[in-house]
Amino acid sequence: AMEEVCAKFVSQKISKTRWRPLPAAALHPPDVFATGSWDNEDNRISIWSVGDLGNAGVNGEYQGEPQLLCDIRHNGDVMDMQFLDQERIVVASSTGTVTVFRHHQNNQTLSANHRWEKAHYHVDQDTSCGGAACTGVICNNPEIVTVGEDGRINLFRADQKDAVRTIDNADSSTLHAVTFLRTTEILTVNSIGQLKIWDLRQQRNEPSQIFSLTGDRVPLHCVDRHPNQQHIVATGGQDGMLSIWDIRQGTIPVSLLNAHEAEMWEVHFHPSNPDHLFTCSEDGSLWHWDTSTDVSEKPSFLHQGGRSTTYFSHNTINHSVVSAWLSNDPTKDRMEITNLIPNQTLSVNSLDILGPCLVYGTDAEAIYVNRQLFA
Amino acid sequence: QVSILSAMELIWNLCEILFVEAAAAGPLLLRLLDWVRLHVCDVDNMVREVLSSENPSKHELFWNVVDVFVLQGRMDEARHLLSKEASANPTSVNMYKILDDLMKKMPMPSLGNTQTLTEMELKWQHWHEECQRYLQDGTFASNSHMESICKILLGDEDAILEKKELMTTWYHFLVTRLLYSHPTVKPMELRFYAQSSMDLFLGGESSPEPLDTILMAAFEFEMHQVIKECSIALSNWWFVAHLTDLLDHCKLLQSHNLYFGSNMREFLLLEYASGLFSHHSLWQLGVDYFDHCPEYGRVYLELHIERIPLNTEQKALKVLRICEQRQMHEQVRSICKIMAMKALRNNRLGSALSWSIRAKDAAFATLISDRFLKDYCERGCFSDLDLIDNLGPSMLLSDRLTFLGKYREFHRLYGEKRFSEAARLLLMLMTAHIAPCSFWMTLLTDALPLLEQKEVVFSAEQTYELMRCLEDLTAQKSDKQKFQGEDVETVKVEMLRLALARNLARVIIKEGTLEGS
Repeated sequence: AMEEVCAKFVSQKISKTRWRPLPAAALHPPDVFATGSWDNEDNRISIWSVGDLGNAGVNGEYQGEPQLLCDIRHNGDVMDMQFLDQERIVVASSTGTVTVFRHHQNNQTLSANHRWEKAHYHVDQDTSCGGAACTGVICNNPEIVTVGEDGRINLFRADQKDAVRTIDNADSSTLHAVTFLRTTEILTVNSIGQLKIWDLRQQRNEPSQIFSLTGDRVPLHCVDRHPNQQHIVATGGQDGMLSIWDIRQGTIPVSLLNAHEAEMWEVHFHPSNPDHLFTCSEDGSLWHWDTSTDVSEKPSFLHQGGRSTTYFSHNTINHSVVSAWLSNDPTKDRMEITNLIPNQTLSVNSLDILGPCLVYGTDAEAIYVNRQLFA
Repeated sequence: QVSILSAMELIWNLCEILFVEAAAAGPLLLRLLDWVRLHVCDVDNMVREVLSSENPSKHELFWNVVDVFVLQGRMDEARHLLSKEASANPTSVNMYKILDDLMKKMPMPSLGNTQTLTEMELKWQHWHEECQRYLQDGTFASNSHMESICKILLGDEDAILEKKELMTTWYHFLVTRLLYSHPTVKPMELRFYAQSSMDLFLGGESSPEPLDTILMAAFEFEMHQVIKECSIALSNWWFVAHLTDLLDHCKLLQSHNLYFGSNMREFLLLEYASGLFSHHSLWQLGVDYFDHCPEYGRVYLELHIERIPLNTEQKALKVLRICEQRQMHEQVRSICKIMAMKALRNNRLGSALSWSIRAKDAAFATLISDRFLKDYCERGCFSDLDLIDNLGPSMLLSDRLTFLGKYREFHRLYGEKRFSEAARLLLMLMTAHIAPCSFWMTLLTDALPLLEQKEVVFSAEQTYELMRCLEDLTAQKSDKQKFQGEDVETVKVEMLRLALARNLARVIIKEGTLEGS
């Protein structure tokens, strides 16, 4: 329901939102998230907390409205952001710098813990205006991988001053996003519509596999891997198309799903409920893709006003092991797609989901939190 | 001291009451009372202090607060406070009862249709006379506070003016005056009362400030004057643009055209939106404002959008999306070209190509392909194979790009030892005129190893074609090189002629031979 979504206007355009990961044994839903801003002279990394439901905040705000815990200035636009662990967050900047910030919980402050200046640059490190935007960062503590507009891939370790490995000119176009495929392999997407696998164990500076779209080489902006079935990969394109790939076979996508009317900025499989996928776009919408089949399991919010739903076909009783995502037989599976934003305005730049909680940020200078996604 | 935001709210609300709602006599006074209560807040702290004290009637500011309530027409609250005083002072119970009764009975204009103005005026006249009688009888003579309140109820200007500090502004004084002397004031009569109120209140001690001038213009129903004065007094267009837009939507502004074509509303919106575009992040909002300016909005947008600094590709994409949604094709091309040039300067050939594809810019795609080909000629190998090998349908964007893709395919076929396919492709590149003339020599030189293969690769037909290509090529050059004698080019041509002749010989024999049984 719409009452479950809290909006907060924060006077800065939000480029990234990320839930702080939960400790392994945690039973409660996530309650802290970080945001990054862009297009300001003074961009900020901010840490927010969403309190328990049902409590009025200190100033009498409604339950769940995000409270700012602390923030810190960031040089350049926040292009990407990822928590390294409970205390540290890695931020990619439009200046080409990658920074690790530490959140001190005892006194609620943020400090810059480590910085790799000019991790991404054009041509020559010594040129004055040589910085190139770092467009993507992914972490697997202590390893950090970054990609940028310079087509470069960097592998850092959180405690080491210099990069462990750098692949210069890994790509002749801009790398837009990176994610881990396995602990030693990464996936990248670029601005000529290619998905590449890189094996970091190997010393050669070539991708181990290249996949591309069939038709026009529409740039790909985001990528995510299925949490359990590692051969299933989802990418989002500049034309708003969602592509599902099976990287065990073929070099082209398994299915292409037309959804957004403009760039898809982020795609996320739900980490514990991977029959659910979420995408957000420049067109101002946030889509929830649901391939779980049993009607009675449907999240209640899907039955409210302000949605648009598309049914593909009749349902099937038993999914078995083959993931619904790979099935390209429309008579076998039903997928339900819902736009979670009733009044679209400006771009939704980023989203994150963890457990029952969704957080997203927009160019309309607002953060939205829904802590009862599957109520 | 009124902060700018409070001033804006004050002006806006007044404009809503007078212009948008166009409150008529009766409700007009009620609205003005609400307006004063909401915006004149200097006394709020004092009120809170007295109300929250243990014994309000003993507080030194007690009577001040009662006066404030009376001045603002808050009769119930005044009566409530007075009752505390009454219970503390049994001697004045009688006086209190009478005053309380007068305040309770005071006629007010109604919002609904329960009484006409005439009815109300009659009642009011009656009540006024009753108050007069009590005052003249000396009922309140022993309590100066209560006597002063009674005088206020009678609309005695001097009595009201005595409470200057509690009203703080002339417009509060105006409304109080109206409440107690002309509650059925008509909108058009406001101007006279406003002017005299300001004069009485300021009393020649201070001159009107910009805010006063603006409010006065509003009371005089001079809308254009209000807009003009606001434009002068405020430092940006935000307030005037939105106010004018509101008034325009209510069809209140005569749409006389300004001499540069647009009307006042559009002019102000264009000014405001242009201001937004000079802001580092609010430019996105400016787009919507331009969208709502029918005459010049698009032109302004076209000019401004190309000047947004594009420090990242992601920002450029957002700007492009805005342009594409509005069919601003020229701006799309121009922005893509800027980004492509930047990429090219940074040696990011794949990015440059990606921008050309977005703009469908064939000319630029040709430029990029030439760069690749130049690199190849200089280094003998291709850079960025991941790009060239995976061009897909975008190869067709420009002939040069197609050639690049096909040329690379030739090299790949050769590398895979698929010689006859490679040969066919090579020939096709020349005969179909996909290859630029400047590259023909290179292509023919690439043909040499194929001609020298043990197995015959080129058929007779194909060899004749190759020879024709060579002759076409040398015919163009011969005029320039007539007297150059031995040079690399001539040697190459000689070698080619020899190889072609030898191949021809072999292939004629091969093709002329019947297959053995």
